[in-house]
Amino acid sequence: MNSLSDAVVRAAQLIAGADPKLLEIVLLSLRVSLTSIALSCLFGLPLGAAIAVSRFPGRRGVVVLLNAMMGLPPVVVGLLVYLLLSRAGPLGELGLLFTPTAMVIAQTILITPIVAALSRQVVEDAWREYREQLRSLGETRVGAAMTLLWDVRFSLVTIVLAGFGRAAAEVGAVIIVGGNIDGVTRVMTTAIALETSKGDLPLALGLGIVLLTIVLALNAAAFVVKEAAQRRYG
Amino acid sequence: MTNAQAAMHGPRSLLPLRIESVVFEAGGRRIIDRVSLTLEVGTRSVLVGANGAGKSVLLRLCHGLLRPTSGAIAWNAPEFPGEPRRQAMVFQRPVLLRRSALGNVAYALAVAGVRSPEREARAHEALRKVGLEALAASPARVLSGGEQQRVALARAWALRPEVLFLDEPTANLDPGATHEIEGVIRAMHAAGTKIVLVTHNLGQARRLGDEVLFLHQGRLLERTPADRFFQRPASAEAAQFLEGELPW
Amino acid sequence: MVTTRRVFLGFVLACLGFAAPAQERFITVASTTSTEQSGLFGYLLPIYEKQTGVQVRVVALGTGQALDVGRRGDADVVFVHAKAAEEKFLAEGEGVKRYPVMYNDFVLIGPKSDPAKVGGGKDILAALKKIEVANAPFVSRGDRSGTHMAELAYWKEAGIDLDKAKGPWYRDTGQGMGPALNTASSMNAYILADRGTWLAFKNRGDLTILVEGDKRLFNQYGVMLVNPAKHPSVKKELGQQFIDWLVSPTGQKAIAGYKINGEQLFYPNANDPSA
Repeated sequence: MNSLSDAVVRAAQLIAGADPKLLEIVLLSLRVSLTSIALSCLFGLPLGAAIAVSRFPGRRGVVVLLNAMMGLPPVVVGLLVYLLLSRAGPLGELGLLFTPTAMVIAQTILITPIVAALSRQVVEDAWREYREQLRSLGETRVGAAMTLLWDVRFSLVTIVLAGFGRAAAEVGAVIIVGGNIDGVTRVMTTAIALETSKGDLPLALGLGIVLLTIVLALNAAAFVVKEAAQRRYG
Repeated sequence: MTNAQAAMHGPRSLLPLRIESVVFEAGGRRIIDRVSLTLEVGTRSVLVGANGAGKSVLLRLCHGLLRPTSGAIAWNAPEFPGEPRRQAMVFQRPVLLRRSALGNVAYALAVAGVRSPEREARAHEALRKVGLEALAASPARVLSGGEQQRVALARAWALRPEVLFLDEPTANLDPGATHEIEGVIRAMHAAGTKIVLVTHNLGQARRLGDEVLFLHQGRLLERTPADRFFQRPASAEAAQFLEGELPW
Repeated sequence: MVTTRRVFLGFVLACLGFAAPAQERFITVASTTSTEQSGLFGYLLPIYEKQTGVQVRVVALGTGQALDVGRRGDADVVFVHAKAAEEKFLAEGEGVKRYPVMYNDFVLIGPKSDPAKVGGGKDILAALKKIEVANAPFVSRGDRSGTHMAELAYWKEAGIDLDKAKGPWYRDTGQGMGPALNTASSMNAYILADRGTWLAFKNRGDLTILVEGDKRLFNQYGVMLVNPAKHPSVKKELGQQFIDWLVSPTGQKAIAGYKINGEQLFYPNANDPSA
């Protein structure tokens, strides 16, 4: 329990001290995770909506597969991306290994299934409610998918937060493809892993508290915005 | 044919709609059993019948939401995919998007290919016609049941459909709201739209119907002008139905 | 509704805008966890970067993994501490030339209670024999690191066939030095560690140094340029520049200058022909 109280003190010192190294790590974490969730939404939302309003042979298998991919082990994804981006691998020419870009790639692969699978469910529920009316109006499937995505936007906020949380919290993929290089690819989670392995547990926990505080703050902000908008639109 | 009807229904009108020996089966049951009829311009057609008689299914077959198991549903000049729809449907529950009342009506017009600013102008006009101009900017889903159904009707009105199908539009509404909705339906008919209405409310059927189509266990048993149907129905089943429905 | 979208987009763009300073002049060095976790790089590299303007990006893994990264051409320089593995690397044509840089030593860490009674000894082989006989808990890195390879070599030299002798007392964790020390600390087990990591390690619990000073515990570090003939992407000039600096008087002096609590961790010996 001493470690915990030490950790809280450490966390307070870190935040108050505005240590430039800490700031650098926090900003990189945000940059990587926010970029990843943005890309995942770009790919995942249309994909989820498209599956929700479509019918095609093997659809049920696709849905099951998509849901299962929400549980992709980060370490496995990290390893696969590493093999892809390594100089000895097919995309080695790009020189992307051990860069933040590689981390974004790995995290996007991890979160896109989450965004797609959950938005598929939400849009499909809405489709069940709206299907007859939208078809009556002559709406196309593509148009319906887009209309429904906008209509369920409040539920999508929660999905986006879930995806972001997953990205901000994971360490297995980014440590493999990023290499945890000081000043280049060290993010909050990999820094925590490093301090833990160095035995500096109060510092590691302190960093953990800082990370939790940031994620909590983002969630609170999103919640407030969503509530306000939802009250307006029902 | 009135002037308004003639203006709306030229030679390339949707109507008359010819329904020939249509059968609809689902889940191992035959829900519509060889129904044949023709729907013409002008007459307000009301479908009545007991629960499970197949009224809603027949409506959806006509509107194209369901495909018949066998038989033919042939419009005079049919619509093609990609074209703006020339028929509309109002459901028992108003299905409105999470937008303003105006937004909902404008959405329907956008799907029909109408561009701004004509879109907003027509949407405003439609809301005015149903008496909801003041609530145009309100989120549609926070309106009362009657107001929401009026938005749904405004949405249909804005499209200027040749045929309007209504599936128990006032089943969930109080008498005041019902009265308002019936007023809008009358106005749309006066503007030339063909009305096909399914209702349990026999008073409404009498108020709004020109002809009554009586469905029983998936078969069209009777087609009679409205005033005669309620006094002297031709079939025994219709008589029983009326007896059961009429409050003592 | 529109403002929400705008606020979110603005925030994302702002974060994306925080690009890391575009460092064109940099090299990638694959090294071991002991050099990273002892804090040596944190001390040494800023000195080098200030002097030359070249950023050194260190990926810290175990020796085996670090050499594999070199074999894949994903690093320009490898800096590890397992001479046999390094010479194999050269023999495969993966490296250009091996330069000895510095040494530190291994120490046998164990609980103060010392169930196998090895404390104060100066013979690592004798100590390991006692531990095996006592079946005292022992944590191994198990990760093909330099430390792990050294540990295996000591067991062999002590005449102990690990495969036969292994039992629940021998914990093969497959972890880096720090995590393995954490494990040993929580289990009150014996563990072989490099002095550098031990001095920087903070979660000691009941552990302390029990055996040290045996000549066999000498731990030599070597640095190699990954062969640009085999891996054209290797930055050979910048990489060689770093190697040259490490073995130069300036670099060697800097290495000797790294201390924790006044104690020097690594001893430069680039001039030792036998290293």
